[in-house]
Amino acid sequence: MNENIKTYFLFSAVFLLIVITGFVQSWNSALFILNMGLISAVMSLGVNLQWGIAGLLNVGIMGFVGLGGLATVLVAMQPVPEAWNAGGTRILLGLIFGVVTIALSVLIYKKIKNASWRFISISIFLISGFFIYKSILTPGVIAVEAVNPAATGYLGGLGLPVLFAWPVGGLLAAGAAWIIGKTALGLRSDYLAIATLGISEIIIAILRNEDWMTRGVKNVAGIPRPVPYEIDLQASEDFVNRAANFGLDPTTASTLFVKIAYAGLFGLVLLLLVWFSQRALKSPWGRMMRAIRDNETAAEAMGKDIKSRHLQIFILGSAVCGIAGAMMTTLDAQLTPGAYQPLRFTFLIWVMVIVGGSGSNLGSILGGFLVWFLWVQVEPIGYWLVDLITAPMDPDSPIRLHLLDSVAQMRLLTMGLFLLLMLRFYPRGMIPEK
Amino acid sequence: MSEPYLVGEAMTGGYGNGPDILHECTVSVEPGEIAVIVGPNGAGKSTAMKAIFGMLSLGKGKVKLNGEDISKLSPQDRVLKGMGFVPQNQNIFTSMTVQENLEMGAFIRKDDFSVTMNQVFNLFPILLEKRNQSAGELSGGQRQQVAVGRALMTKPSVLMLDEPTAGVSPIVMDELFDRIIDVAKSGISILMVEQNARQALEIAHKGFVLVQGRNAFSGSGKDLLADKEVRKSFLGG
Amino acid sequence: MEFLHAIIVLSNFVVIPAIAYGSQLALGALGVTLVYGILRFSNFAHGDTMAFGTMVAILFTWWFQSIGVSIAPLPTALLALPIAIVVTAALLLGTDRVVLRFYRKQKSAPVILLIVSLGIMFVYNGLVRFIIGVGDQRFSDGARFIISARDFKKLTGLDEGLAIKTTQVITVITAILVVAILFWFLNRTRTGKSMRAFSDNEDLALLSGINPERVVLYTWLIVAALATIAGTLYGLDKSFKPFVYFQLLLPIFAAAIVGGLGNPLGAIAGGFLIAFSEVFITYAWKKVLMYTLPEQFAPSGLMQLLATEYKFAVSFAILLVVLLFKPTGLFKGKSL
Repeated sequence: MNENIKTYFLFSAVFLLIVITGFVQSWNSALFILNMGLISAVMSLGVNLQWGIAGLLNVGIMGFVGLGGLATVLVAMQPVPEAWNAGGTRILLGLIFGVVTIALSVLIYKKIKNASWRFISISIFLISGFFIYKSILTPGVIAVEAVNPAATGYLGGLGLPVLFAWPVGGLLAAGAAWIIGKTALGLRSDYLAIATLGISEIIIAILRNEDWMTRGVKNVAGIPRPVPYEIDLQASEDFVNRAANFGLDPTTASTLFVKIAYAGLFGLVLLLLVWFSQRALKSPWGRMMRAIRDNETAAEAMGKDIKSRHLQIFILGSAVCGIAGAMMTTLDAQLTPGAYQPLRFTFLIWVMVIVGGSGSNLGSILGGFLVWFLWVQVEPIGYWLVDLITAPMDPDSPIRLHLLDSVAQMRLLTMGLFLLLMLRFYPRGMIPEK
Repeated sequence: MSEPYLVGEAMTGGYGNGPDILHECTVSVEPGEIAVIVGPNGAGKSTAMKAIFGMLSLGKGKVKLNGEDISKLSPQDRVLKGMGFVPQNQNIFTSMTVQENLEMGAFIRKDDFSVTMNQVFNLFPILLEKRNQSAGELSGGQRQQVAVGRALMTKPSVLMLDEPTAGVSPIVMDELFDRIIDVAKSGISILMVEQNARQALEIAHKGFVLVQGRNAFSGSGKDLLADKEVRKSFLGG
Repeated sequence: MEFLHAIIVLSNFVVIPAIAYGSQLALGALGVTLVYGILRFSNFAHGDTMAFGTMVAILFTWWFQSIGVSIAPLPTALLALPIAIVVTAALLLGTDRVVLRFYRKQKSAPVILLIVSLGIMFVYNGLVRFIIGVGDQRFSDGARFIISARDFKKLTGLDEGLAIKTTQVITVITAILVVAILFWFLNRTRTGKSMRAFSDNEDLALLSGINPERVVLYTWLIVAALATIAGTLYGLDKSFKPFVYFQLLLPIFAAAIVGGLGNPLGAIAGGFLIAFSEVFITYAWKKVLMYTLPEQFAPSGLMQLLATEYKFAVSFAILLVVLLFKPTGLFKGKSL
């Protein structure tokens, strides 16, 4: 089959799946799948930049996505003046002190050449710096968290439009990626994997525990939206009339409208990123990247600075994940640090990339939609299947009840099998790299 | 003339699906004798050795050991048939002790191999002294002795050495050649590839000069050393 | 007296828990390092292998309990352990046969095998959650303490108690036994030596007639035992929760890398290093300092360097330091 026709066919098939969901289940769930599919596609696009094009193994996607979420809070929430008065400056000072300490220790690292002296002096410097940092920060944190803890208890954000958070999320993720890349790139690929796994757990731990910044497990709810609110729409006469023209009641129409508006925004971001990635892939830069991936030694012999190229693409890919994370938190309109699970936010994205086709941008987008669709739909399908299989059993048989209870876990099993089968039989994915 | 003990006959082949490196190349060795393969860089010396040991597939030609066609056997099966092979690089287990290296050499033997190990220690007394030391800590020449000792543990009838003196000092090289002569005297055929053509031919019963995967000259070591053309082309006058 | 109290508090809250935790990490890291040394890839499914083995041990513990079999005062789980190892070994060997062998024959790059192990991780994870659920399971029975804090106080007349949990002692004894047997096996037996040889120099091992499939078989058997024992000990000591086992992957890998991937001795040292650092840094030092410092310096806060939730940061920081200063690990990596 012609490659292009196959691509169209596959995308239409996934689209059809979503449309069928609309008819069979509800348009609300169909649009939910579409929106999260768009976000997933952005994430897998970012991972594909790193893995597909540069061969870098990032298993810390969750962390970068989490940073995107943090960005929405920091950008879009209203600042809490009482909290700022209580301890904001102190916290800020503490953070600045921390950054300066780390910067100075890097300087020490560069200045002192003797390995053991270097180690000793940096250790002493960092440990004493840490204590001073804590003594500056802690009183501020305690004061801030004491300000009306049930409603705020945190510093809030800048109160800017939430759309600004998307690029900021990308920047935050890029910053974290820079730190990781500086230390772990250039070592064995496994080390980068472990290092990214580590940083993502730490980022999520920060989101969960630094209440002064994110309210921790109390969640930040009510993040402003870039699209209208349902209630406002329902109150608008014009909108209600238009909805009536389509034969829809105002409530349904407003929820659908909001979701479609989100889809439009996400789609725009995705299109922009795809356009950039496709151009990048075809540019001399993209060719060089692939040359490095396919034969590092040869590329190095040709005078390519592999480490800094890798750093570049690692930062770019992570930034894309950060943008996606900000988009996701915007869609949820709340930051729930407790909800970040590596299986869902790191490893599922990997399934998307591998299934779609490593190295192929369109493939990873397709993978994003398809795998997300399955992730959502495996549960109802599984429930239906188990129900069917265990139908002959006594309706209250413990085995049947346990199985029905555990259906939710089937999605992991299914995803794992899906990944393994693809790796074995179609290692180049559904839309292979050209 | 009867058939030689080990012979690679008119071997043609290369690595994988790559181009042929060997062309109708023939190499052989008699019991208890030393045969040396020499030639310029890229002549296919090591390739010929690997072909005899079954590490690459032959397009044409065959390998016979004691009259038996072993062309289709895997390297492991050739070890069982009595062939020992010492690769050029990474020919010892660096993280294991000298004694453990020898034990691993005897891995396929089900019988008691302590006698063989004592013979190896007799041949290379330094290994006895350092038998509990990690092989990776030894000097270059000692490592080569471990490598040869490891290959001897299967009690091979033929020992194949791929550049045993690569990277060792001239004194150590002479010492190694002496040991190799000792091994040959114990009745084991030696087939080796050597960069140091002159020294190698001096101890060789038979020499094969390869050029671009073909036999250029062959004869006894003395004859080749005396041959004007060989001297001019390969031995630097 | 004050100083003695400080030492007792320190042992009670830092040293003993860290030794137990370190033993568990060391056993886990040994499994990772063995797979890395012999099968030559980073096995991300190891945490979930531990979870699977522990789950089987729990199921058999429950069964034993229901039919009244007990080895009190020892926990019943110890009795279930051998069965769990066998079941886990069957799972690992099955996985190897169905999934991994294909890539081995293809001589796939280690990074591909790593991704394959992600798939295996998903499957194991789903399997465990499917069978036993996501909840917390406590399955420790038998005597809870060798010596409880109250008994210790009564016995010694001191103000501070020293509690030693049965599970802690079992952990340490089992770990010592397992490590001793493993090292005896690797260093003294023909098969063990052949595994080391294979890890050291695969080509030469093949030339020496070492059968790679046999080496792989033994590796998985050992890994199954190590993972199941490590997981069960961890679960006895704390509790069993599938997600926690997945998260153990980070300290375990950190331990293996810090010690030098592929080096068993390094894995053990790394395990203890990580465990002690974690406990040291997340422990609230107030009490110890109160006993050791003069009164006027007595701390007001908890004197906790980092909140317990940041324990991953500790593994991670150590990992970064090692990668920056000694990328091959404290011990020479890649040698069994």
